[in-house]
Amino acid sequence: MIALEKRAQPSRVWAWATPLLAVILTLVAGGLMFAVLGKDPVAALRTIFYDPLFDAQFASYSRPQLLVKAAPLILIATGLALGFRAGIWNIGAEGQYIIGALCGAGAGLALYPSDSPLIFPMMVLAGALGGWLWAMIPAILKTRFHTNEILVSLLLVYVAENLLASMAVGTLRNPDGGGFPGSRNLSQWPAAANPELIPGTGAHWGVVAAIIAVIFAYILLQKHLLGFHIRLAGQSPRAARFAGVVPERLVIFCLGLSGALAGLAGIFEATGPAGQISIDFNVGYGFTAIIVAFLGRLHPIGIVLAGLLMALTYIGGELASFMLGIPIAAIQAFQGMLLFFLLAVDVLTNYRIRLGRREVRA
Amino acid sequence: MTTPLLQIEGVTKAYPGVIANNNVSLTIGRGEVHALLGENGAGKSTLVKMLFGLVTPDAGQMVLDDAPYTPASPEAAREAGVGMVFQHFSLFDALDVAENVALGMSDPPPRRDLAQRIREVSEDYGLPLDPAQIVGDLSAGERQRVEIVRCLLGKPRLLIMDEPTSVLTPQEVDLLFDTLRTLRGEGTSILYISHKLEEIRALCDHATILRHGEVVGQCVPAEESAGRLAELMVGRRLDPPTRPRSAPGAVALEIRDLSLPPPHAFGTALRQVSFSVTSGEVVGIGGVAGNGQDELLSALSGERLSAPGTVTLDGTDLSRKGPEPRRLAGLLAAPEERLGHAAAPDMSLSENTIVSAAGRQGLARRGLIDWGAAKDFAEGIIARFDVRTPGPGTTARALSGGNLQKYVIGREILQDPRVLVVNQPTWGVDAAAAATIRQALLDLAAKGAAVIVISQDLDELMEVSDRFAALTEGRLSPFRPTEGLTVSEIGLMLGGAHDMEAAHAH
Repeated sequence: MIALEKRAQPSRVWAWATPLLAVILTLVAGGLMFAVLGKDPVAALRTIFYDPLFDAQFASYSRPQLLVKAAPLILIATGLALGFRAGIWNIGAEGQYIIGALCGAGAGLALYPSDSPLIFPMMVLAGALGGWLWAMIPAILKTRFHTNEILVSLLLVYVAENLLASMAVGTLRNPDGGGFPGSRNLSQWPAAANPELIPGTGAHWGVVAAIIAVIFAYILLQKHLLGFHIRLAGQSPRAARFAGVVPERLVIFCLGLSGALAGLAGIFEATGPAGQISIDFNVGYGFTAIIVAFLGRLHPIGIVLAGLLMALTYIGGELASFMLGIPIAAIQAFQGMLLFFLLAVDVLTNYRIRLGRREVRA
Repeated sequence: MTTPLLQIEGVTKAYPGVIANNNVSLTIGRGEVHALLGENGAGKSTLVKMLFGLVTPDAGQMVLDDAPYTPASPEAAREAGVGMVFQHFSLFDALDVAENVALGMSDPPPRRDLAQRIREVSEDYGLPLDPAQIVGDLSAGERQRVEIVRCLLGKPRLLIMDEPTSVLTPQEVDLLFDTLRTLRGEGTSILYISHKLEEIRALCDHATILRHGEVVGQCVPAEESAGRLAELMVGRRLDPPTRPRSAPGAVALEIRDLSLPPPHAFGTALRQVSFSVTSGEVVGIGGVAGNGQDELLSALSGERLSAPGTVTLDGTDLSRKGPEPRRLAGLLAAPEERLGHAAAPDMSLSENTIVSAAGRQGLARRGLIDWGAAKDFAEGIIARFDVRTPGPGTTARALSGGNLQKYVIGREILQDPRVLVVNQPTWGVDAAAAATIRQALLDLAAKGAAVIVISQDLDELMEVSDRFAALTEGRLSPFRPTEGLTVSEIGLMLGGAHDMEAAHAH
């Protein structure tokens, strides 16, 4: 009989070894799946993980895409992870991302075609503020009326999506666009554009913001009393109260910060890679960031690695389906395997496996 | 002489890294009350679990009634005639007594018959109980009766009782002992687990003393002194805590008309609690758990705020201040629940200093935590209070109950409080650690601090406190000097009767 036995202390060795083990298991299981589908497993894995970064033909396009896709994931996941650490579940980052983009773009377009250098910073601020405000709705409902922030934040995503559609065909529609839905192209308006800062890297201001957010979150969690209180509240709410933490303030802070970071990601996307507000502006970064946060073990450094890995599997997956004719469903199954193994082997950090007779422990 | 009921011979049980029972032998005669005595971690629980079919021994044998006894499960144990009353009750609050009893039986009779049998058993053995009463409305003593009746319906030949008196008032203890003596008179054997020496001397015919998983002595408890039993149990002499009595100082903490609604559905309201503590004094607040102890601690620690003017420290009104300002002012607290309230289970001992000492010890400056200072402070606690642990990097849940309790109390004491409030400071703690903690509380008072000890353990309160009051259903009785207070007077205070007149009607 196989039994799990809780470790007295989480194992430090396994905490680092489990991601590696998970990647190896995914490669084996994914390779098997590709082989069953009649594809060369080595070629498939190589197309997903290697070609986007190093292949002479594809890397010039794919490599910058890595940062473009990873930056919003990391930015949003960093904010979410702080809340998750405290047991505050913001599931609606997608909505805060949309509202951030709408507020930022709206604030900028109100002044079109000014060429003031203050336009872009103001749009960024308005984007953060928009995300923050959208997150304040579940925060205030929770602290005032004890509503469930998971439900409220999630449902507000759908409200935000409809607002986005209405804005894209209404208030924010490009007056010179011949009636097509979608706003003016912000990336072609120099005062509002969020350009690639270093050519060929894909690094725009969103990448800078993500790096700053990660450093800030790292210091907060490791060195600051507030970060300690966040961890404490998540692990033992009663001990947090005893320490003097006011749970309501923590809810406001964590939801507000994650909302603001999601809003930032939204406005950087709208002014940069996306270029405009369109009906299908949001592509799920807010939801994928939840996965990234957990994949990174709610740790800022882990989130950077997880964000890059997720971005890579998206880019490589697209490439593999395009080049090798692997069905998109198989690519998604492969991504699912990666998540499954990462979370499944995590059990080794806190438990040891015992082979032998099961019995009730003292 | 007839053969004994139960013989345990050379039983051994090892867990990874620890031998819980090493070659343990004992014999229980028919109609004998046998005490199993030992500190926490001495191996009492493991031995009992083997008897009740929860754990299988690695070696050795057990003989019940001349037949080999190897129960594979609690059901098998019950069928063989072994019943057990656990320290923690397994009852459903929302169901009535009869329903709870039925849930514990493999083949419950129809409800009407069952109610009748419950009534018979409860009358025969002096365990007053109404089968139709909802368990949620019962006192701890009455709940225990439900468990005992449930066992007795199975007509056990051996009844195991694990620390049965820890939740009872002295009067309830007397009732329980009457019941147990009746059972003994009928030939039922009882294995009685406790670390309360006076009880064992009063009740038990024989005692087996365990230390570190081994039998270190067998005796007739009535023929030994409590001190001798304690020495056997602990393995060395235990000195009772001492301190110079000092003249009462100025009033440090004043509580006036403190009332609070219950924090949740099963909580207790505090009703007009008033008292004051002077510096250099230890006051004891007794009472059975669930009568407002947790609520009183939360109101003093600042986890719950009360009306203005109800909590005053050295003339400063703290009633509207949270835990951190109260700590900075000098009012510190150590809650009962070590894991999850006083300390975060998965955080290290260093990290756990930040829970209560960040501000007062200056472990965080402008919000930035000085982890070096936190580690030093944790090491200081470990050294000063003899906390047995590999080091300050160990997580709190890896510590034994006694060691964690020393850490938690030590963390507050080393912060040099003006007033310290502790709830159940030695609950589930071995005798040596308990002695260390009590001495530390007395030393703290001797240095001029005021100490409030909330406890269910009356012996402890008699030992450390200058004045004593009882907390019953959220009401605090007037304080009386501990010196000269008799156990029966205390029992009456706990029963909620605040003077002797009411007691005579009882």
